[in-house]
Amino acid sequence: MERGWLVVLLGVVCWCAGAAGVELTFELPDNAKECFYEEIEKGTASSLEFQVVTGGHYDVDVVLEGPSRQILYREIKQQYGQFQFTPETTGTYQVCFSNEFSTFSHKLIYVDFQVGDEPQLPGVGEHFTAMTQMESSSQKIHEDLNSVIDYQTHHRLREAQSRKRAEDLNERVLFWAVGETLGILVITVGQVMVLKNFFADKKGNQASY
Amino acid sequence: MEAIIRLILGLSLFLLVNVFGGVDGLYFHIGETERKCFIEEIPDETMVTGNYKLQLYDPRTGGFMPSSPGLGMHVEIRDPDDKVLLSRVYSSEGRFTFTSHTPGEHVICLYSNSTKWFSGSQLRVHFDIQVGEHAVDYASVAQKEKLTELQLRVRQLLDQVEQITKEQNYQRYREERFRQTSDSTNQRVLWWSVGQVVILLGMGFWQMRHLKSFFEAKKLV
Repeated sequence: MERGWLVVLLGVVCWCAGAAGVELTFELPDNAKECFYEEIEKGTASSLEFQVVTGGHYDVDVVLEGPSRQILYREIKQQYGQFQFTPETTGTYQVCFSNEFSTFSHKLIYVDFQVGDEPQLPGVGEHFTAMTQMESSSQKIHEDLNSVIDYQTHHRLREAQSRKRAEDLNERVLFWAVGETLGILVITVGQVMVLKNFFADKKGNQASY
Repeated sequence: MEAIIRLILGLSLFLLVNVFGGVDGLYFHIGETERKCFIEEIPDETMVTGNYKLQLYDPRTGGFMPSSPGLGMHVEIRDPDDKVLLSRVYSSEGRFTFTSHTPGEHVICLYSNSTKWFSGSQLRVHFDIQVGEHAVDYASVAQKEKLTELQLRVRQLLDQVEQITKEQNYQRYREERFRQTSDSTNQRVLWWSVGQVVILLGMGFWQMRHLKSFFEAKKLV
């Protein structure tokens, strides 16, 4: 029973010890810059992934800076990017997304910032003997399911992008149809009125065209 | 004796979770009156947990105060039909949980409960959001249901597979919506091309007839 508690405690400590990962989807308004900061310890393998889901020309500027403001990763007007790095110094790392080149399109951006490995299940980390076949198979299944979930996320983002584009197109077709109908009506009636105006100016004068 | 050891362990566990609760992860800055929203596209019956911590800028030290008891965080969560699921003011540090009932884009908005009219000082918001099986705390599940390691692992795999199934279901629903939108666009373009020809012919006809009667009236024809 005590061992149970100790295991749980150890699991929580390991969980807190610097493994974290967060996926966020946020809206970046036009002409705006948004930054996210994270304190990372030296040697913790981290990865950054971003994707523009919808908005404008589906591009954004990204900059990843280290504690001494050195640029680790920089992309200009990219739709999708992934970067893995292992920090050499402990400090605050910041990733900034900029939409300052755009005047009126706000963008929806997906960010996945992973720091360290996935926290282990409590009790799994403290093996002093080799894992049984059952345990290693279940670990393998877990890792494979992790990649399935990862693929699903990517698929969802791509599908969301296509779907929003299709919905935009649908709306634009409607506006275009209505607009063009009005345009045609205005022009045809206008033409007739202007033409009548040519002939009606001088009263009684016969046009010699 | 055993009870005291258990109590001490429990207390230290409690302290560890609350002091180093893993919340001090990603953070960002917002103004005091500013509102920051995040979007989560999730299937139905999915649990989402958010951990946050709010810190106020301290002009005296030039840094952020470690804790600001008077400050509160207003959390507002809207479901895909724009209905408010949760709208509460929490303390400056804590967590919120909600379960989705309809699949789609849920919007989670955070802003401080500051009563200033124009932007006050800066706020640092530590934020962490976990969806589906990532939101489950396996340590407490193991302890509450007294599961062995392997049983816990199987529970985790079951949760993962359930999440995958829900997402696949949601994907089917989204694809159907996508297909309907494309069909609708196809229809609209078809009707519009037919309609455009009809309108042009009709207007041309009307123009000629109108002008003809106009010129006949003017005795030019």
